[in-house]
Amino acid sequence: MTKPASSHQTLDQAGEFAESVPHEKLARSRAAQAVLWVLLIAAVLFAPAVLYPVFVMQLLCFALFACAFNLLIGFTGLLSFGHAAFFGGAAYICGHVVKVWGLPPLLGILGGGVFAAALGYVVGSLAIRRQGIYFAMITLALAQIVYFLALQLPFTGGENGLQGIPRGTLFGLDLNSPLPMYYFVAAIFLAGFLIIYRTIHSPFGQVLQAIRENEPRARSLGYNVDRFKLIAFVLSASLAGVAGSTKAIVFQFASLTDAHWQMSGEVILMTLIGGMGTIFGPVVGSVVIITLQHYLADIGSWVQVVIGAIFIVSVLLFRRGIVGELARMLKISSV
Amino acid sequence: MLKLLLAQGMLGLNNGVFYAMMSLGLAVIFGLLNVVNFAHGALYMLGAFVALILYTYVGLWFGLSGFHIGFWPALILTPIIVGGFGMLIERFLLRWLYKFDPIYSLLLTFGVTLVLQGLFVNIFSASGTPYPGMPDALKGVVNLGFMMFPKFRLFAIVFSLIVCLIVWYVIERTKVGALLRAGTENPELVKAFGVNVPLMVTLTFGFGTGLAGLAGVLAAPIYSVSPLMGADLIIIIFAVVVIGGMGSIMGAVVSGIALGLIEGVTKVFYAPAANTVIFFLMVIVLLVRPSGLFGREG
Repeated sequence: MTKPASSHQTLDQAGEFAESVPHEKLARSRAAQAVLWVLLIAAVLFAPAVLYPVFVMQLLCFALFACAFNLLIGFTGLLSFGHAAFFGGAAYICGHVVKVWGLPPLLGILGGGVFAAALGYVVGSLAIRRQGIYFAMITLALAQIVYFLALQLPFTGGENGLQGIPRGTLFGLDLNSPLPMYYFVAAIFLAGFLIIYRTIHSPFGQVLQAIRENEPRARSLGYNVDRFKLIAFVLSASLAGVAGSTKAIVFQFASLTDAHWQMSGEVILMTLIGGMGTIFGPVVGSVVIITLQHYLADIGSWVQVVIGAIFIVSVLLFRRGIVGELARMLKISSV
Repeated sequence: MLKLLLAQGMLGLNNGVFYAMMSLGLAVIFGLLNVVNFAHGALYMLGAFVALILYTYVGLWFGLSGFHIGFWPALILTPIIVGGFGMLIERFLLRWLYKFDPIYSLLLTFGVTLVLQGLFVNIFSASGTPYPGMPDALKGVVNLGFMMFPKFRLFAIVFSLIVCLIVWYVIERTKVGALLRAGTENPELVKAFGVNVPLMVTLTFGFGTGLAGLAGVLAAPIYSVSPLMGADLIIIIFAVVVIGGMGSIMGAVVSGIALGLIEGVTKVFYAPAANTVIFFLMVIVLLVRPSGLFGREG
């Protein structure tokens, strides 16, 4: 019931953002991070040996989506409730480019990413005119426009979605066979993940985190806060678009589900459960949620109830998320 | 053309008063709790289902075939039941999150939405059920001169307008409302005056959600009762409050009604734009007056 928790109080209680990092903690964190990187790369490289490749590809697409989303919520303090518009919208563009224009999948994904960036620029410049909770509502409402466009425009296939997108070839490799397709997706994921990692650890990323911690102070230090927010938004949107486009190529299908607000909610949940504002959290979160959905598919519409219940429990009890909680227990930095 | 315009305008007005009542509840809750209740749409759906259950199922459960709790009692009972449910949510879930960023409350109520929708889809299936309990007095149509308008819709419009006016009066003109507004401004000070603020918060949340439930009962005989009936509505309501500015009670009511009308009239000119016109208006308002038409904060 406190009055508007202004931005500087925002996520403090959940993460330990403001805390200074002592020396030994820094060393431990570096070691932990190196281990995690090795684990992640190894897991991405060897997963198809153990798991069904399409399933892992789905994981990777959602992991990239969640990481892109985390750049906003976790590192800039902006809650976008409309990220499905970028994810799902780009999937349609990519599908159209590949299926109707007959261009190779790489260009399709690029096209999807560019589209999402442009859309992100429009949505972002409107949404940053308001702050906090309004930001979330505005992004949600704007994403609904994209959803209705996806439903009504002639090229999207309405309720059926855009079906039969060919996988095509990449540098002469046939993407219809599972392994080339898999490593193509893996390369996109790792590239996206690296971009996000580098962004967070760049001076630009430091400014974003300063905005998250205390927007008025960042402003008073002379930073053009709105511009930083907008750039972060566009970057996040375009990576979400790349993730959605990649998913469209993998499943050869762009669907309304991916553009619906429930998808925006799912990506929030993935990030929340893995750990907002942690590097590896969104990956862990998407693995948890996608796996859960996969194994709970039998219980049909009860999945939604389970997902909702997880949402409630994680908001009430695990606001740091899995990675955030682990980092706290092991006393290491999760960034 | 004019007739068509008036006809769609009346249907739009009907939606508009629902928007008004929904955003009113949202605004009252936001004012005191600083919580954006995502579950508002789901509670509207719950209201419609409570009316349906009261009519169709309560008799069955108690083995009294032919026993129905009709529309008029439901009009009183449903807001109480839904409001009570809202108070449980506030007391046992939301209360723990006030000291954190408001986005957590939004996410919590989002989770509640998923649970409620999922439960009702499982129990009643996703397709809609018509509400059979329309009272005889409100069946049929009235001649408005330019169209034959269903009596029930006319009743829903008038009734909702009266409710909105009463709520406005209570909040802006009575002592209870003064306390409420004081609690919005400075809860600590109001506490110091010996007011039980946590109780006030619970009751306010119950009241706001009760309004959503009331909108649900009124909607039940008009639209079919379905688990997803509130799913897209809540996003429209969000756009309404962004346009109106959440700080103001009158703003919520006026913009709700106006947007319903505009939406209806859009159907005449370019039907495919009808379900997005509100969002485009939101864009324009954001460009011209970012704090909303009636908003106070910058």
